[in-house]
This record gives sequence, C-alpha cells and structure tokens, in this order.
Amino acid sequence: MCVTCGCDDPNALPMAHTHGPKTHTVRLEHALLSKNQRLADQNRAWLAARSCVAFNLMGSPGAGKTALLEAIVRRAPELAISVIEGDQATERDAERIRQAGCRAIQINTGTGCHLDARSVAHGLTTLAPEQGSRIVLENVGNLVCPALFDLGEAARIVVLSVTEGDDKPLKYPHMFRACDALVLNKIDLLPYVDFNVERALGYARDLNPQLLAFSVSATRAEGLEPLCAWLGSVARPRESA
Amino acid sequence: MHEMALTQDLVALITENCAGRRVTRVVLEVGKLAAVVPDAFRFCFELCAEGTPAEGAELEIIELQGRAVCRECRQESAPNSPFDPCPCGSHALQFLAGEELKLKEVEVMQCA
Repeated sequence: MCVTCGCDDPNALPMAHTHGPKTHTVRLEHALLSKNQRLADQNRAWLAARSCVAFNLMGSPGAGKTALLEAIVRRAPELAISVIEGDQATERDAERIRQAGCRAIQINTGTGCHLDARSVAHGLTTLAPEQGSRIVLENVGNLVCPALFDLGEAARIVVLSVTEGDDKPLKYPHMFRACDALVLNKIDLLPYVDFNVERALGYARDLNPQLLAFSVSATRAEGLEPLCAWLGSVARPRESA
Repeated sequence: MHEMALTQDLVALITENCAGRRVTRVVLEVGKLAAVVPDAFRFCFELCAEGTPAEGAELEIIELQGRAVCRECRQESAPNSPFDPCPCGSHALQFLAGEELKLKEVEVMQCA
C-alpha cells in the first residue's frame, strides 16, 4: 500500500508514483445518526419478537427517575417491569431497583453522557426480559444528549421535578419535543417552591402539543395510578424517527 | 457532550467509505435546529480522526438554515437556533427544516 495516498497498488513505494493535485470527491449523503438508528430498529424488532415494550426514561440528575421507578414497581407489580439502569458510574441505582422488587441490570457509560442503542442491545441480552414484559431504560441524568439517541423504545418519558424551575422546557426544548409523556415529580413540595404547574405544562405543550402529562410524588406514592395505567396501555413501538 | 459520540460515528462512516484512501476534506451538513454545536464537532474531529485515513483532513461544516411554522399565528419563520421563538413571541414552533446532521461528501487523495 502507498503510505501517502493509501491506494492498494502492491508495488507502490512512496516515491514510485506521484500524487496529482487532483482529489476525488465521494458523495455520501449519510445521516450521522443512521448507525444508532439501525441498532435501535434491531432492538425494537428484538423486543417485538418477545412481545416486550420498552420505555426510555430521561430527566436531569436528581429529578427523581429512580425514586419514580421504585414507586411504580411497588405500586404495580402486574406490569412485570424490569429495568436497565444507565449511569456514568456505580451499581447503586440497579441495587435500589432490585430492593424495590424487580430485576435490574446496570450499564455504566463511563465518560458517556447518554445511553445508545448499542449499549442497550447488550443490556437487553443480559437482562433477558420475560415474554410480554415491560422494560424501563433509565437514561443517564441529562436533559440534552439522551434526546438524540433512539434506543428502540416504544415511548419516551421525561421526568421534571418542581424543584428544577418551571422554565425547563424552554431551556431544553429538544428533550420536551422528543418525549411522549412528561412526569412532573415532587408535587408534594409545591407549597414550598416557586413553581407554576400551568406555566411549565404550557411551555412544554407549546413545544409538543401531543405531550401527555402526569403529576406525581414518587416518595409519597401519590398520583401513580394514571401513570401506571398508561405504562400498561402502551402497546405499539413508536415509529422510528 | 454527545458531539464526541457523533464524531466517532462520523469517523467510522468515513473509514467505511474511503476504501483506505487518505481523506483530505470532509463536508458535514448541520442544521441550525439540530441539537449539536459545530465547534464541538471541530474539536472532537481532530481527536477522533487520529490514526485513521481522515487524520489531518479539513472539516468543512455547512450550516443549514432552519425553517419553522408557528402553531399559533401560522407564520413561517427562519429561527437561527432551537431556542428562538416565532416573531410573534410564541414558542409553539413546528420545525420544517434545519434538524439535518449529515456526512455530505469526502475528498480522497488520488494517484497521478
């Protein structure tokens, strides 16, 4: 191989042939997210073959994603939920979910700021969910990066807690556009914080008129019924983007 | 910093498509309403391309104009970022164009 141009002429020593000023343009028109999308579609097919439904659970660090899952698992064992936990480091969240009474595995993304379809494919194989069960993919706490990466889920959920401020949808519009449902968490703290529920939901629905909304307190186990009913009703995988 | 993951995919795509040829230029199309920062791509590209046929290649980023229609006043506008409201003040924008994220073409070296 010629070390200058990389051509595969077996006799080409660096000085044996010359390189013109001309270059060759290769048109590709290739979407950057197509690789992740292909793997996400494979995950979706893998899940469909087992009649499983997956949810991509997102939100800031501290919004209460894990606490919400603990509350759901305790409230609705009939949903037969199992969980893939995504965090940069530690097994702590998977441990919490297991103690709440369901199967959970942990993916550590290291420096990665989001789950991607490849890591979830490995996670699903390890988790080996039961036929017809529901799987929650708890993403890395982050309102930016996870919004871009399809994991093969049937629906996307963003958790927003009332301690974060009601203008979060305006600051992180991609996340609120990308989701099917918004779970407003920590509503037991509403009397103590300056958070206007109507305003937050208004901003979110401006961005995404179809967005479903549920108000809950995970730690007080309040408002979980409508959310659990919806989780049980989602049947068909969302169309790939 | 999802640009790092996306740039790793970008370099993998280039490597798959250049048949071992040395790459001199990479053209990327990024919509102004896509959730990525062009400067972050430039920063990551140099790191990710090291040791691949794209090492040292010039990265050209073409920013594509955003286009949106307002669900309230039905007016079309050209937002410069995903955070811009409609000129009427509403954030109820439906994006029509500007979310692209595409490897458009690569230029490879040729023997004379």
